[in-house]
Amino acid sequence: MTGFMTVFKKELEDSFASWRFIILFTLILLASVVSIYIALGTIRSTVTGSTEFIFLALFTTSGTTFSFSFMSILSYLIPLMGIVLGLDAINSERNNGTLSRLLAQPIYRDAVINAKFLAGIITISIMILSVLLLVTGLGVYMIGLPPTAEEAWRLLFFFVISVIYGAFWLGLSILFSILFRRVATSALAVLAIWIILVFFFNSIVTNLANVIAPVGETVSSQVNNVQLSINLIHISPANLYQESTYLILVPGMRTFSQILQIQAGASQGLLATPLSITQSLLQIWPLILINVLLTIVCFAISYLRFIREEIRST
Amino acid sequence: MAVVIEAKGLTKKYESFTAVDNLDLKIEEGTIFGFLGPNGAGKTTTILMLMGLTEPTSGEARIGGFNATRDPLKVKRITGYIPEKVGFYEDLSATYNLLYMARLNGIPDNKSNEAIARALEKVGLKDKAGAAVSTFSKGMKQRLAIADLIVKGPSVAFMDEPTSGIDPEGIAQMLDLISAIAKEHNMTIVISSHQLNQVEHICSRVGIMSKGKLVMEGSVDQLGQKAGGGKVIIEMQLAEVTPEILEGIKSVVGVLKVEQRDEAVIITGTEDLRRQISRVIQEKNGLVVQMKLQSYALEDIYLKYFREAQ
Repeated sequence: MTGFMTVFKKELEDSFASWRFIILFTLILLASVVSIYIALGTIRSTVTGSTEFIFLALFTTSGTTFSFSFMSILSYLIPLMGIVLGLDAINSERNNGTLSRLLAQPIYRDAVINAKFLAGIITISIMILSVLLLVTGLGVYMIGLPPTAEEAWRLLFFFVISVIYGAFWLGLSILFSILFRRVATSALAVLAIWIILVFFFNSIVTNLANVIAPVGETVSSQVNNVQLSINLIHISPANLYQESTYLILVPGMRTFSQILQIQAGASQGLLATPLSITQSLLQIWPLILINVLLTIVCFAISYLRFIREEIRST
Repeated sequence: MAVVIEAKGLTKKYESFTAVDNLDLKIEEGTIFGFLGPNGAGKTTTILMLMGLTEPTSGEARIGGFNATRDPLKVKRITGYIPEKVGFYEDLSATYNLLYMARLNGIPDNKSNEAIARALEKVGLKDKAGAAVSTFSKGMKQRLAIADLIVKGPSVAFMDEPTSGIDPEGIAQMLDLISAIAKEHNMTIVISSHQLNQVEHICSRVGIMSKGKLVMEGSVDQLGQKAGGGKVIIEMQLAEVTPEILEGIKSVVGVLKVEQRDEAVIITGTEDLRRQISRVIQEKNGLVVQMKLQSYALEDIYLKYFREAQ
């Protein structure tokens, strides 16, 4: 346990003192503040009477000139946090020659990887939480109203979902830092996955679904096609995150993807009434669960690889 | 003297390649053991197995009575290690690097602070205590690694090529430090090296490794006798080498082999035959410029295995 705590404290100190942390944090801070100002402007000009969940709208509204809401900015920057914090976790120690000395000390080997993973998660949590608190503070100042209890709860869940998403990317980049000896290679590999998941995955899925279950004349073929697309889309943690944050921050939203909307619209007439928080949570918990599972899978592979890795002479 | 390092049939195979082949070794307490051999002979792999950092394919290693594979934590508690490419956290100060290792060993900060200051002074890095390790030369990093050992105070230490890549002065400094801490802390030290002449002076015993096997092991003197096999080599320089002279030398009783290399003649015999040989040369009207008896220094044995490995 002393080994774990010692490595954990050092990793935490290291990441807060590092340039990468300062740069990342500045970037997130700037982007968030800009998005809130833009959102406020948009809300002011387009208020349509209902001020329900006006506070949450701050986080989800984008402008015409700056088409990123706070929510969408985080969906891009959270993977970046995880990637940047984990991409050289193990291979830099190996390349610097500190790994063999570290493992020659009387500590369990898994203490090293557990401590690094947990320190990364804590760093991500602190970054997200401080940005969230800052933005909430700004929101209260500008709107003049504190968030309602329900809004506060929804923001808390948004925070939890975001940390889980960050943990997934952290786990993935730590895994690559174990698999690849060179930092540049591991960085490229994890960035490649990020780009695929965020930019190309959905079009790949649509095409794949059309090949596997082509849309024919019959209704059932269309249903099959849609069903397959939905299932495949939920493989991507990026989609899972976007969908779950949308559902938690936009109470009026019952489903996220267009396909789902079609499906929901066909089966039941959509009402414009917002969902209660428990109903929203009911909607998103499977999505969160899949993200947690994906994180655990990444971490488990890293863990096993690291424990079994041979220290070799070359 | 108690045996502190023991290997029995230690073997490590990587797919088709056998890095260490059935190695048996016993090292007694307080010994500085020179572990010699060309690069790739299996020295590092042996050290890693002895420390429990790598699992042997078969056989067992014991340090201070603890099995390195089954009780790695107990072994690591009493062993220090300086890897070949010794590394520190470059952005952190020398002191913090040592403090981190001390904490990992469960040494409380109030104890280690003082020990670290003393150790840094001992290795001559007192002025650099607060400087980032990235500003250190290779020799300074090696000395910092020694300071790290002093703070931990293990009973057994493994140093992998501690003299490689540093300047001659640095090497002398390192070797002095190593023998000093060995004496002071009664530490058993294993030094691996491919440069015999550097470690010969401070080692009380040496083992020579070649192609995964420990081909020789013993004290420096013992090894010299063993390797010579009772043979003596005489190296001679003549003003002129003629076939008659060579024939004459070959006829001397006890001469086994005569080789000519340019001006020099190298003679292998059963004993010191200098007197008889010089008489023969005089008879043939030759002139001896220089003649010397070569003892079988450890160097020769070592070079012999070095060449074999290549």
